[in-house]
Amino acid sequence: MKHRSFLLYLPVALLLTPFFLAPMAVIGTESFSGQHGVGAEYVKVVTDQGIRTVLYNTFYVAAMVTILSLLIGYPIAYVLARLKGRWATIGIFLIFLPFWASTVIRSFAWMILLGRKGPVNSILLGIGLIEDPIRFIDNGLGLMIAMTYIMVPFIVVPILNGLRAIDPNLPRAAAVLGANPWRQFLAVTLPLSMPNIAVGCTIVFVTSLGFFVTPSLLGGDLTVVSMLISEQANRLLDWPLASALAIIVLLLTIVIFALLRLSQLASRRRDKARSGVFA
Amino acid sequence: MLQMVSRSATTAESRAAGGAAVSIHNLCKRYNNFEAVVPTSVEIASGDFFAIIGPSGSGKSTLLGMIAGYIDPTAGRIVVDGRDIVPEPIYRRNIGMVFQNYALFPHLSVAQNVAYPLKIRGVAKHEIARRVRESLAMVRLEAFASRMPSELSGGQQQRVALARASIYQPSILLMDEPLGALDKNLRDEMQEEIKRFQQELGATVIYVTHDQQEAAFLADRIAIMRDGAMTQIGSPRSLYEQPKSRFVAEFLGEASIFPVKTASGKLTDQTCRITLEDGTETVIRTGEDGGPGRFACIRPERITIGPKARGLANAYTGVVRESLYTPGSIRYRVELKDAGCLLKVRALPQHNTEVFETGSSVDIGWSVDDMTILAE
Repeated sequence: MKHRSFLLYLPVALLLTPFFLAPMAVIGTESFSGQHGVGAEYVKVVTDQGIRTVLYNTFYVAAMVTILSLLIGYPIAYVLARLKGRWATIGIFLIFLPFWASTVIRSFAWMILLGRKGPVNSILLGIGLIEDPIRFIDNGLGLMIAMTYIMVPFIVVPILNGLRAIDPNLPRAAAVLGANPWRQFLAVTLPLSMPNIAVGCTIVFVTSLGFFVTPSLLGGDLTVVSMLISEQANRLLDWPLASALAIIVLLLTIVIFALLRLSQLASRRRDKARSGVFA
Repeated sequence: MLQMVSRSATTAESRAAGGAAVSIHNLCKRYNNFEAVVPTSVEIASGDFFAIIGPSGSGKSTLLGMIAGYIDPTAGRIVVDGRDIVPEPIYRRNIGMVFQNYALFPHLSVAQNVAYPLKIRGVAKHEIARRVRESLAMVRLEAFASRMPSELSGGQQQRVALARASIYQPSILLMDEPLGALDKNLRDEMQEEIKRFQQELGATVIYVTHDQQEAAFLADRIAIMRDGAMTQIGSPRSLYEQPKSRFVAEFLGEASIFPVKTASGKLTDQTCRITLEDGTETVIRTGEDGGPGRFACIRPERITIGPKARGLANAYTGVVRESLYTPGSIRYRVELKDAGCLLKVRALPQHNTEVFETGSSVDIGWSVDDMTILAE
């Protein structure tokens, strides 16, 4: 039985080996083949203040974009889940409409919209909400707005699927038992959509770590790791350092998700222990 | 019953008061041009077990949804203990409900599910723990408190749903086909459980099902719904023995039903002769006019088959067209000679009961009280 169930991993293994594991192995090897000795690149990544700032920026922007996407995406998914028939189809269509234009074009559009003399500042100035134009581009604010705009559909879809899978009798049962709409949401809808929130956040966070075009256009002085890797590999031809950067980002991502998973398991165990109070 | 004794005085008092009386006035639901429930009025006494049966699409679940509060009535009132609950939102109605698929919260343990309505009502923690224990004891699930719903069998989940729906002493308990998803043996067991539970609580129960046997077993009164209307309301016995329509007669149990051709008139003060469509003449008890457009109905166990039939007021000979021995009864289909009407007959087998084979000639008959006349 055991060796047979192992066969089920075969398709995944066949896909991942040439397209993920092998390239990563090449990059891993490359990262140790610098002229300054084995591991020197890693020492540099960890100790160099500039590189550390870039890594911090990257994870900070990704985390902020994830939070913003969730805050905007969840209500959208919630409304879409309640639409029926034709309206649901139209809703999904609208969510995916931006994909008809490429990320490059949409990033340029945000550059214009958020520029010092762009429409957003003009309107805010016009209605007297601000006295000086807001600087969106230099400080990462514009970058996070544009990236959130690009990422929202990626979080809407898994959450929408999760919400649609919830038995409509469950919130109804909570209501009959005495829960007002807000408590119905907290007791049933939110916890039952939690796994899909986790999936959506993972997709957004990991994708955000690798953004290149949008930060290049809207990041201003703010540099993210993909820009640094590209610079090292393409312009400075320092392949070992570029490889070490890539490996570090991968490892940090793995660590973050391992911690998240552990905290999830711990809270589930806590819940289970708590419910034992009544036993 | 031991659990009842151990309950606190306040709890015992509110239980003793029993469930609420429900009176429904001209309640109706219209969707565009479709009348799901026509204006319906019915009185349900405190502590009554009231079943609503009918084929799917007859409006029974819509009616229940309006009482629970998740379907807005087009018009009408639902008065529970003197108070119209229609304007109240679902979560303030204090109604208990058991759903067909139980609707247990899958992410909460059994104890947390049962505790939920008390938690919402702000009951103190130790009080919640005590009442959850009592409630689970009542449905014999004390040992399962920390299990998740997915770790329970269908019958156990059903019992958790019962405990959760009743722990806050709701004014009425609604059940929407609660046994629909269980297999036959478990259903029989759960029927007894539900009956016992309802009697212990003294709760007013409104129970929707499409299973007529379940309704007859559980309910004090049954309403039969058809096309959004309650066609007849009564005790299981009155519905079975005095159905008013062909629909009710056929929906509740088996019956042989024939159109009446002519009423030939009174024989005595108490009896008259009628002619069925195929020419068969039979004598029935007067009271209802058995004219054309009406139907004569006879239940299979009211027909006597074999030599004993010869002495009855209505005695015929017939041919057995079908003969089937089933546990507890022998079922026949008998065709009357020179007539052609086919009768469903059910005989109770005693140790010396003769079983008639297909094709054999038999005596068959019934007394004047056995046939009823249906108005439609």
